[in-house]
Amino acid sequence: MMRVFERPESLTEKQMHYCPGCTHGIIHRLTAEAIDQLGIREKTIGVASVGCSVFAYDYFNCDMQQAAHGRAPAVATGIKRVLPDRVVFTYQGDGDLASIGTAEIVHAAARGENITVIFVNNAIYGMTSGQMAPTTLLGQKTTTTPRGRTVHDNGYPIRMSELLATLDGAAYIERVSTHDPKHVMQAGKAIKKAFTMQLEGRGFALVEVLSTCSVNWGLSPQEALEWMRDNMVPYYPLGVFKDVTREEEQA
Amino acid sequence: MTEIIIAGFGGQGVLVMGQLLAYAGMLESKEVTWYPSYGPEQRGGTCNCSVVISEREIGSPIVVEPDAAIIMNRPSLDRFEPMLKPGGILVYNSTLIDRELERTDLRVIPVPANEVADELGNTRIANMVALGAFLEAAKVVSPKSIVESLSHVLSERHHGLIPLNVQALERGRAYQY
Amino acid sequence: MAKVLMKGNEAIAEAAIRAGCRAFYGYPITPQNEIPNYMALHLPERGGVYLQAESEVSAINMVYGAAGCGVRVMTSSSSPGISLKAEGISYIAAAELPCVIVNVMRCGPGLGGIHPSQGDYFQAVKGGGHGDYRLIVLAPGSVQEMADLTFEAFDLADKWRNPVMVLADGLLGQMMEPVEFIDREPQMVPKPWATTGAEGRKPNIINTLDIVPESLEKRNYALAEKYARIADEETRWQEYKIEDADLIIAAYGTSARAARSAVDMAREKGMRVGLIRPISLWPFPSAPFAEAADGTRQFLVVEMSMGQLIEDVRLAVNGRGVVHFINRLGGMVPTPPEIYSKIEAILQGGEVQ
Repeated sequence: MMRVFERPESLTEKQMHYCPGCTHGIIHRLTAEAIDQLGIREKTIGVASVGCSVFAYDYFNCDMQQAAHGRAPAVATGIKRVLPDRVVFTYQGDGDLASIGTAEIVHAAARGENITVIFVNNAIYGMTSGQMAPTTLLGQKTTTTPRGRTVHDNGYPIRMSELLATLDGAAYIERVSTHDPKHVMQAGKAIKKAFTMQLEGRGFALVEVLSTCSVNWGLSPQEALEWMRDNMVPYYPLGVFKDVTREEEQA
Repeated sequence: MTEIIIAGFGGQGVLVMGQLLAYAGMLESKEVTWYPSYGPEQRGGTCNCSVVISEREIGSPIVVEPDAAIIMNRPSLDRFEPMLKPGGILVYNSTLIDRELERTDLRVIPVPANEVADELGNTRIANMVALGAFLEAAKVVSPKSIVESLSHVLSERHHGLIPLNVQALERGRAYQY
Repeated sequence: MAKVLMKGNEAIAEAAIRAGCRAFYGYPITPQNEIPNYMALHLPERGGVYLQAESEVSAINMVYGAAGCGVRVMTSSSSPGISLKAEGISYIAAAELPCVIVNVMRCGPGLGGIHPSQGDYFQAVKGGGHGDYRLIVLAPGSVQEMADLTFEAFDLADKWRNPVMVLADGLLGQMMEPVEFIDREPQMVPKPWATTGAEGRKPNIINTLDIVPESLEKRNYALAEKYARIADEETRWQEYKIEDADLIIAAYGTSARAARSAVDMAREKGMRVGLIRPISLWPFPSAPFAEAADGTRQFLVVEMSMGQLIEDVRLAVNGRGVVHFINRLGGMVPTPPEIYSKIEAILQGGEVQ
């Protein structure tokens, strides 16, 4: 009998706490699969952040550190600088990376810190009960924008991938989505590439993964996937924003 | 215990003079402290340091009532002249200070430090001329210890100038009160 | 090794490298800049990593990351910067990561000024960050001690898996004094808990989150128990002429230098005065004060703050002696003559508190 599907070695057997319909589980799996495929589990150190993925240290079957809110890129920098031959990744949500941790992520990218960042953008604060995120769309209702996000009160949602891609230190920046199997496959490829970039010593690599929060969006899991496709993807276009290997080929 | 203030413009080598005194004191197995004025006055502004040389443990490195002062410019004279102890030693750079002193209870040694330095071909060693005069007047550390300290205190890129520094010290020592 | 003349800040940096510090993450702030400057120049050539972070916040979290990997690591800052690090310090204490944090205190509150102060005593010994935790806090009183206590801080941090703060001030940092670096080996300990890649072992996790109250309470009790053992073993102080003293001065760091001179001045006039200088501010040396407080003695606390150390002295004296106070603020440093005048007023003028 051929086994066609199994838990990646880089995930623990711990049952995840994520809500039904949440795509964090998929993104964890993609990350773990990439680590397995590259055979780097025993030299990988992950950094969990604060938000829904705060317990990521229980799910990834590798050495893990849990960072203060927004500080994961700084913690990862501290690790990578003293253990440059290890593989270091952060797993951060939109509040962590695009709000409280903007200084840390921008400067990690600017330094070309040789780490891999998995950035999960679901346009809302899930953990704290559905408040506005820096990536909440205009008009989107959250518990702190009960009449919908307005430019007047809250300004515009931040496109982090585009912003970070302007920095010379960034080696690879891609935005992917998880709204259907095809896009999940592409997300997996991007995450693997982001780890490969680190192994090749190319510098800062980030994959922004669009993700759902059906509970706080007030939608069923299926509706949430569709909402993400119809509303998030148009504002947060998918694709590669920076890839130094591609630039090299073109040159 | 001898408490010394050295003051002037930033860039006149005031901090180095203090360090040389402290280092020489250390070489002579004395207790020493050196404490700079610090802050946004890195260059150009007035600058001073306190040096204490003592036979026993030094409490405060901050000098409030100096036994001696080396004053390299006019603003520093205005500030520190009133603070000196009665009978204290005041070495001052007469090239840059044209006013009469107000105190009459001090041992005063005017030294045309910049003129002498210019004669020696490098205006930046005016500090060593003044220090030389001070050594002769105060006798707090020996000139030999100061010369020995030069290679420790000056950064390596200035070691080529040590002979000139020694020459300037010697010229300064000739200015006695 | 022969004595060298060095700034206190430089002595800290050199001692840290000798103690095996192999990573420094910092951010510039006066009056501690000679520490990162020295590290940037010397650490890389001696096998370490120097990195200027984008902020104090980031720097302390880099320390967290490197400490979690088992490397001897350090950061330094001055008062406002330490406030920014407070969050990270709480995490480091909670995760029981060894590291050394230097605070070269300047005067506050707010941006305050750049001159010496002891206004961060509470922040250092009573918390600073959120939650129940303790830092081991060492207070040097000379450039020699800047070196010696920094070296010791690294050993203590590893021994107890606890952050250690060296609490100095702008005067000690900027002052030059002779210093001798004694050849000694750092006390390295194995760190099987470090995250270095789970090669052939179960993963290690560095974590401060525990949302199950029963479980977190256990963790908190374990910390409390560790802190009690540290208090038993690591309390440090220096006594000066206290045996026959009618008046005992309490002061640490820069204040203690001036106080010691004032003690000598008073002794020369026949007044029986002594000094207890706490060297570990946490754990606080309560015992010598409690022993000295036999009901016949008075105490005088000298501080460059509005009165912070005095609270611990009062707790230790526990009502068995009047505790007087003299201070300077705003970057001013108490002078031996002004402390002496206070002593005279207490002992001869019968000054009551």
